Amino acid sequence: MAEIFTSAFWAEYGGILAEGVLDTVVMTAASTLFAYLIGLPMGVVSVLTQPHGIRPNGPVNAVLGWIINIGRSFPFAILMVALFPFTKLVMGTRLGLRGAILPLVVASAPFVARMVETSLSEVDAGVIEAAQSMGASTFQIVRKVYLPEAMPSLILGGSITLIAIVGYTAIAGMVGAGGLGDLAIRYGHQRNVPSVMWVTVVILVIIVQAVQSVFSRLSVRIDKRLK
Amino acid sequence: MSEPIIQIQRLTKNFGGGPDEVHALTDISLDIRQGEIFGIIGLSGAGKSTLVRCMNLLERPTSGTVLVDGKDMTALSEKELRLQRRKITMIFQSFNLLMQRTCLRNVCFPMEIAGVPRPQARKRAEELLDLVGLADKAGAYPSQLSGGQKQRVAVARALATDPKVLLCDEATSALDPTTTVSILELLKDLNAKLGVTVVVITHQMSVIEAICSRVAILDGGTVAELGDVQEIFSHPSTDAARRLVYPGGASVSQYPSGTRAARLSFNGGTVNQPLIASLAIDCGVKVSILGADTRSVGGRATGTMLLSLPDDPNEAARALSYIRSQPYVTVEEVEYRG
Ligand SMILES: Nc1ncnc2c1ncn2[C@@H]1O[C@H](COP(=O)(O)OP(=O)(O)OP(=O)(O)O)[C@@H](O)[C@H]1O
Ligand SMILES: [Mg+2]
Repeated sequence: MAEIFTSAFWAEYGGILAEGVLDTVVMTAASTLFAYLIGLPMGVVSVLTQPHGIRPNGPVNAVLGWIINIGRSFPFAILMVALFPFTKLVMGTRLGLRGAILPLVVASAPFVARMVETSLSEVDAGVIEAAQSMGASTFQIVRKVYLPEAMPSLILGGSITLIAIVGYTAIAGMVGAGGLGDLAIRYGHQRNVPSVMWVTVVILVIIVQAVQSVFSRLSVRIDKRLK
Repeated sequence: MSEPIIQIQRLTKNFGGGPDEVHALTDISLDIRQGEIFGIIGLSGAGKSTLVRCMNLLERPTSGTVLVDGKDMTALSEKELRLQRRKITMIFQSFNLLMQRTCLRNVCFPMEIAGVPRPQARKRAEELLDLVGLADKAGAYPSQLSGGQKQRVAVARALATDPKVLLCDEATSALDPTTTVSILELLKDLNAKLGVTVVVITHQMSVIEAICSRVAILDGGTVAELGDVQEIFSHPSTDAARRLVYPGGASVSQYPSGTRAARLSFNGGTVNQPLIASLAIDCGVKVSILGADTRSVGGRATGTMLLSLPDDPNEAARALSYIRSQPYVTVEEVEYRG
């Protein structure tokens, strides 16, 4: 373990570690982006179509509910393997960043949808009603009431999503996706260089901590209910 | 002046269906005149909120029609309804401000919805905040305001689209008596200045008496009585009206019919005026309390009290004029027939 503090260690592994960090960050960021592009509308529609929502619609709400629940209860490792053929078909490969992003998005979009749903449900029904009484359309209510009023909570949800996806990327790394998880397996397990594995663990912990504290602070700072 | 701005015809509203159906409103017909302050009073569950929500169609009537400014709200398309709602805006018991927006941007909100250009909306919002006495709070967030201030912002917001009608659902019920008085004065003032018709929903007699010209008493989803406030409160002819007018459940059989009585309503005066005692000392008139339903919050009294008046007409008149001279108290003689 002590070799971690030697320059020889960093000369040998510094490059691949930096690359691993970059891959993990890119995978996480891209997957989060696409997960929100899909999950955010799902969450919004799910809230709007609830029995007491502003656009009640039983069938749509039920179908969305199933999709979100099934998606969320699928263990990521199994989901990834099950999606291999589909991933190969759509992305051209099931390996590397390209191969990892699709299963990551499929796994996290329902997660995002549920987060968004929870955040929006916290918005006071009276405020929604006030907006309706002023003649706001459904779209205006979503854009000018639901989303801004729920923003502090949405940001906290965003940090939980990011952290979950960082965890998924490590699993994806085990089956050839690249990134820190991949390094940990290849060096720690296959080549018997456990110090590389330990360094990746420390880096992952730092990433998670950083995401957590930046987002929490941001959420508090923008929340005007607390002043 | 007396052209109806809201006409409700044979309005019925049921919730749910089958055996659990709730008949919230049954066959309601009433007109609200342009420029008046109209009160709707009733006990909890009487259907007041449902009735007011049927006026802007937040609740769709089961049957019957609601005409606002000549248009049948129930026949409008969704888009037309949204436009029409700018003419009939609403304030609420819990204010319902956007918590993440400043006061100024809260007042801008309905104008954003209506597509008013931003600079114009800001200017109008500033004027409106000034109108409700909160020009200095433009940049504050709702969480930094008192309840009374929040309701003022809500009033400014409700006026942003130049509505013809302002609906107030228990708008003062979450406020202390002093603040209640100030919000009621504001509504009265705006009604006089802007000519906006005001519909006030409340379960408090004192609110009706403070600002309303006409009142509908709602009971079990039907209109029990409808007419001038003075008229109805001095000659209540239904049980529902009597329950409101004779406070504290004063029992009728307790007193001989024909007892002369005065009904006092306290609108936020200080509690420690010993009114009944000073009546005896200053005028030499002894009265007894037939019933009372007064509350004091923060040293200020609201509510109503029913006093029996002496049989001697001179003494009675003296007592009435004495009470009339007191601040924050209104009084009227009622026939206590039971
Ligand atoms: N959405 C709803 N679904 C079912 N029943 C309802 C609904 N809204 C109101 N009701 C019922 O309709 C009746 C009238 O309710 P409403 O809220 O209009 O009374 P209210 O006079 O405003 O009472 P309060 O003074 O307590 O506000 C009540 O019996 C209530 O339970
Ligand atoms: Mg109500």
